[in-house]
Amino acid sequence: MSPVTRTERGHVPQILLVPAVLGLALLIVPLTALVGRVEWSTLWADITSPAALSALALSVETALVATALCVILGVPLALLIARAPARTAAVLRAAVTVPLVLPPMVGGVALLFLFGRTGWLGPILGEFGIRIPFTTTAVVLAQTFVALPFLVLALEGTLRTTGVGYEQAAAALGAGRWRILLRVTLPLAAPGLVAGVVLCFARAVGEFGATALFAGNAPGVTQTMPLAIYTAFNGAGVSQGTAVALSLLLLVTAIGVLLLVRAWRPDGRQVSVVR
Amino acid sequence: MSELDVQAVVTRGVHRLDAVLAAASGQTLAIMGPSGAGKSTLLEAIAGLIRLNDGHVRVGGRELSSKRRQLPPQRRGVVLLRQDPHLFPHLTARENIAFGLRAHGTAKPQALTSADEWLWRVGLPGTGDQRPRQLSGGQQQRVALARALATEPEVLLLDEPLTALDPETASGVRAMLAEQLPAVRTTTMLVTHDAVDAAALADGLALLEGGRITQSGPVREVLAAPATAFGAAVAGVNRIVGTVTNGVWTAGELRLPASRSAATAAGEVAALFPPSAVTLETLTERTWTGALRVAGQAPSSAGEWIARIDRLVQTPLGVRVHVADPALAVDVPVDLVAELGLLTGVPVRLRVPLDTVRFIPLGR
Repeated sequence: MSPVTRTERGHVPQILLVPAVLGLALLIVPLTALVGRVEWSTLWADITSPAALSALALSVETALVATALCVILGVPLALLIARAPARTAAVLRAAVTVPLVLPPMVGGVALLFLFGRTGWLGPILGEFGIRIPFTTTAVVLAQTFVALPFLVLALEGTLRTTGVGYEQAAAALGAGRWRILLRVTLPLAAPGLVAGVVLCFARAVGEFGATALFAGNAPGVTQTMPLAIYTAFNGAGVSQGTAVALSLLLLVTAIGVLLLVRAWRPDGRQVSVVR
Repeated sequence: MSELDVQAVVTRGVHRLDAVLAAASGQTLAIMGPSGAGKSTLLEAIAGLIRLNDGHVRVGGRELSSKRRQLPPQRRGVVLLRQDPHLFPHLTARENIAFGLRAHGTAKPQALTSADEWLWRVGLPGTGDQRPRQLSGGQQQRVALARALATEPEVLLLDEPLTALDPETASGVRAMLAEQLPAVRTTTMLVTHDAVDAAALADGLALLEGGRITQSGPVREVLAAPATAFGAAVAGVNRIVGTVTNGVWTAGELRLPASRSAATAAGEVAALFPPSAVTLETLTERTWTGALRVAGQAPSSAGEWIARIDRLVQTPLGVRVHVADPALAVDVPVDLVAELGLLTGVPVRLRVPLDTVRFIPLGR
């Protein structure tokens, strides 16, 4: 080993390699086991079964809508927090973090109590003939509820680190607020926005708990991939092979999204504070 | 016409800025002051980044800020350029300069052409496609200046634009500023800690100390007759405050025959003379008591006194010897320091030629 490499490695105790490798194994080995259990003979049939395809389509559709909703609501929210006075920002950040640390099941119950027949908003919406629980809309709402904090926190961090110096410079040059937002603030926060969108979409695709309680498990309407996997795995007459095949499909989709994002690098992503 | 008329009152905790300033249209006014004097606050108030507690900012008769209202930065026609130029890292140098023009409604092709022209004017032709991180610090300042000037601001505010640069680069950027500032005829306010900047770039110089303007006027006049200790330090002269009794000006061990104007002045009188004018020689005695005994035997002539070395400081030109009582500086070539064995505490005989001393009555 050359001395240069040794220096670059820093001065971490070598024994820490053991837990590090264990941690990595904990993340990777179960997935390998999953792949090992795939019944390759029936894989194609399992994946292309109408139930699986409809679950996949529903998952992708709802997750995309939920992600779009997160962007529409989350970007302004992140801007609000990032530019708020320190104390207000701390309070807002805590409020955004609560759904993140909450078990998604609790989120589902909460949503049900808000939009349900006996909830606060449910009866009001009911008068207009709108019923949200146990519909596809409920799936999107549940996904948005659990995914929004990821986008907000990722973007807010980047916005705050970048600071207002560039915005002040742009304003002094005569740029209006919208021009500053679209040409300066958001491009500079692009790394955070991309990371946020990826996390957001991944979280939405994998959403289970809140969806199960708030939206139910109706095939073609609210049965997303995680629910389909759970249903298949729990028996109901179907072999565990279907569950494994669907899990593999979700795994491949997740890796695909990651690769797609790695390939797309936003322009000028290296936000360096120039001296 | 865009003459600048400022009366900025800003209170921030225990700090209070209360500065009255004016710059004629197209002129450059340099602001100098010790750290924490409120220089940056003053510029931020003029740029509209902070509110005034009282007073006003007017440009060409147009009121930009008052106690009650202030125009947003976008509509002030004032560009502030800081030590960190804040070039947009995601845009090329050309796009950075074009940004302000686009914001003012210039069509994209014209804005980009104009940006290339500006790059040429600030001495960076052919760098249009580079991003800020590919440019050196000096180049970044040049692009930032081009970006600011391209929008034809009525007022340009420069907050220590050369401080972060090495001397050679700074001198290049300074020369570019000296060329461009008169050419664009933008009213400019330049905060600097370097008297060279004021002398090379500015028409007027104002000293800001403790939130107040302590002196202002043409650069030459301020540097020639600094009214405060800070001003004297900036101008590089000794400024010693003493009193006149019976036609003799006295400060500590130093006694000088007062000039006619100083002799009739009541109260304190400041004496100004350059550190290079003072001559220094060692005594036969190396101890303070011994030195005093020697001095007592041979009465000193006018402008001659015995002093003790307080400290030695290396300067680009040699060594600056600081002595105590009265505290003042003497410039000595470095070889002489070695030859005479100058050290802290060593007594020396100093002599200041009377024709290099100027007296300024302080009127109190």
